[in-house]
Amino acid sequence: MLKGSSIGLCVGALLSLGTAHAEITDGVVRIGVLNDQSGIYAGLSGPGSIWAAKKAVEDFQPEKHGLKVEVVAADHQNKPDIGSSIARKWIDVDKVDMIVDVPTSSVILAVNQVVQEKNKVMIVSGGGTADLTGTACTPNSIHWTYDTWALANATGKAVVKTGGDSWYFLTADYAFGQALERDTEAVVLKNGGKVLGKIRHPFPGTDFSSFLLQAQASKAKVIGLANAGGDTINAIKQAAEFGITQGGQNLAGLLVFISDVQALGLNAAQGLILTEAWYWDMTDENRKFAQAFTAANRGAFPTSAQAGVYSAVTHYLKTVATLKEDGDGAKVVAAMKATPTDDPLFGKGTIRADGRKIHPLYLFEVKKPSESKGPGDFYKLRATIPAEEAFRPLEDGGCPLVKK
Amino acid sequence: MTEIFGFPIQALMGQLVLGLVNGSFYAMLSIGLSVIFGMLNIINFAHGAFYMIGAFLAWMGLYYWGISYWWSLILVPLAVALIGIAVERTLLQWIYKLDHLYGLLLTFGIALVIEGMFRHWFGVAGQPFDVPEGLTGGFNLGFMFLPKYRAWVIVASLTVCVGTWFIIEKTRLGSYLRAATENPKLTQAFGINVPIMVMLIYGLGVGLAGFAGVLAAPVLQVSPLMGSNMIIVVFAVVVIGGMGSIVGSIATGLMLGIVEAIPKVLYPEISSTMVFIIMAIVLLLRPAGLFGKER
Repeated sequence: MLKGSSIGLCVGALLSLGTAHAEITDGVVRIGVLNDQSGIYAGLSGPGSIWAAKKAVEDFQPEKHGLKVEVVAADHQNKPDIGSSIARKWIDVDKVDMIVDVPTSSVILAVNQVVQEKNKVMIVSGGGTADLTGTACTPNSIHWTYDTWALANATGKAVVKTGGDSWYFLTADYAFGQALERDTEAVVLKNGGKVLGKIRHPFPGTDFSSFLLQAQASKAKVIGLANAGGDTINAIKQAAEFGITQGGQNLAGLLVFISDVQALGLNAAQGLILTEAWYWDMTDENRKFAQAFTAANRGAFPTSAQAGVYSAVTHYLKTVATLKEDGDGAKVVAAMKATPTDDPLFGKGTIRADGRKIHPLYLFEVKKPSESKGPGDFYKLRATIPAEEAFRPLEDGGCPLVKK
Repeated sequence: MTEIFGFPIQALMGQLVLGLVNGSFYAMLSIGLSVIFGMLNIINFAHGAFYMIGAFLAWMGLYYWGISYWWSLILVPLAVALIGIAVERTLLQWIYKLDHLYGLLLTFGIALVIEGMFRHWFGVAGQPFDVPEGLTGGFNLGFMFLPKYRAWVIVASLTVCVGTWFIIEKTRLGSYLRAATENPKLTQAFGINVPIMVMLIYGLGVGLAGFAGVLAAPVLQVSPLMGSNMIIVVFAVVVIGGMGSIVGSIATGLMLGIVEAIPKVLYPEISSTMVFIIMAIVLLLRPAGLFGKER
């Protein structure tokens, strides 16, 4: 029934568009990959995301659909002011129609406003704040790969259920870390655990020894790392040195990408529990993508964020090709929500009214060095969280687009 | 249990020891900066990049050529010094006579180029580097768990700092070095090859940065960004200590590491800003720095 109505909606949307001034503005569909090209999040997004966006365009074969597509890219340096001024220039001067990736939650929230004001499209893959599909949701944005609520829910629940019922948080002191900490804390409390303390560390940080020592002294069973990228790497590396896990405490990486595990090495990362939306070694299509990615990116394995960019760009291009229009961002996003998603990497999925892309999530454990069969063989699957349970229920987010 | 500001004294003790470890890194890096500034009049912004090269060479040595950490501790600083000397001979030597600003801009540019190259080759996610065997595990001091490796960092860096001070202040070679920079023309007249002296000083300074890089590899993320994360704090240390003072650099480095440790317990949010607050206060009260002389 639900499927029928969404297809009906889609057809309706297409029919109503047929009569409007449907056209591709300035003849080119321009996709802007906005992310961190050189800082601590460049490994998980960065040049790899640009490659993924270009690959998606190439695989889509735009000329067959009568489209001309261009991919541009810029470095927002994880700074909201830089991110929003790039977005403004892209849309006003360079005629960019869609902005994709956007790691760093503070930048997401800044660019979100610009994109809504200019009525373009933003699809977030690398960034995490669940507010994007909550109080800050707009008719112009879609959140693709993961979010803080989903990670907190999956990792938090799994860890508490297996006995990790007292927590201590190490939190990156900005929008993303705080949101992740807040969401995880709620999950821990709801499942009967307790939070013994938390530290908000400056972002980005290098020396975590002092914070780890305090976490160690708290005697909490689990140290939750509500940070990402280089911060998480440094914290895990130094935790190993301080004998945190030998002392009986466990680390829970609330946002860990394969690039982080690769940088840590299995010696330091083994046993870590983490949640991902995508892993290269799960299907033949994924492995094929990873092979091409690794060859083009100096041996790095694609992260879920980078795979998400591929998937998002694919769905966007499909929608634009059907609409034959890219100028009215809200209209494109509405059509994207109305059409079920289907691509080689993420398979079949949907996009909800609040802009949340829905797919399963996977709970992984990092392998011991002895279990790993070769480069990139890092994870073993502990559980699959089905799509309908993976993300925050629609009515709980407080998104103004969702009618109660 | 005795408490200070509502915090158990044991927790503070632990933090102070960790502060000493951080201070050791600051001291080792600032001593090189200080020597280069004091003798060459160059504000060496490329220092962080040489520190990063040090860490990367240690990693490359281990993974490509099987060179152990211990050999790296000796070989890498020499290699970094050679790279530094090449930079000094080809680029820096032409600008000694110009204003400080040119040296700053040139070395800043060199740092960006080096960082960019490593970013291009290795990406920013970083490389794995384990604590060497023999230094894993740690000591239980009663009030804290001190990893053996951190204790080793304190010992190694203090040895190197004192050694550097000794060479420059107490040996014949040191006196040539100082003379060559104090009054190059006169020194040359005594038959000492001044350009070689200057070259050696730059090599020594960046070699120390390379040494610090090797020491940092097992505990910090080995990534092209690690230098630029560190260099700003180290510059603050040098400014607080007084540009060009070797003893000042060592003392200030250790002291700041310790002072910085306290807000990490009391109010972590401010810990990365603390150094700059101290710098502002010191500059207001003693513009030449704690150990510097007014010129």
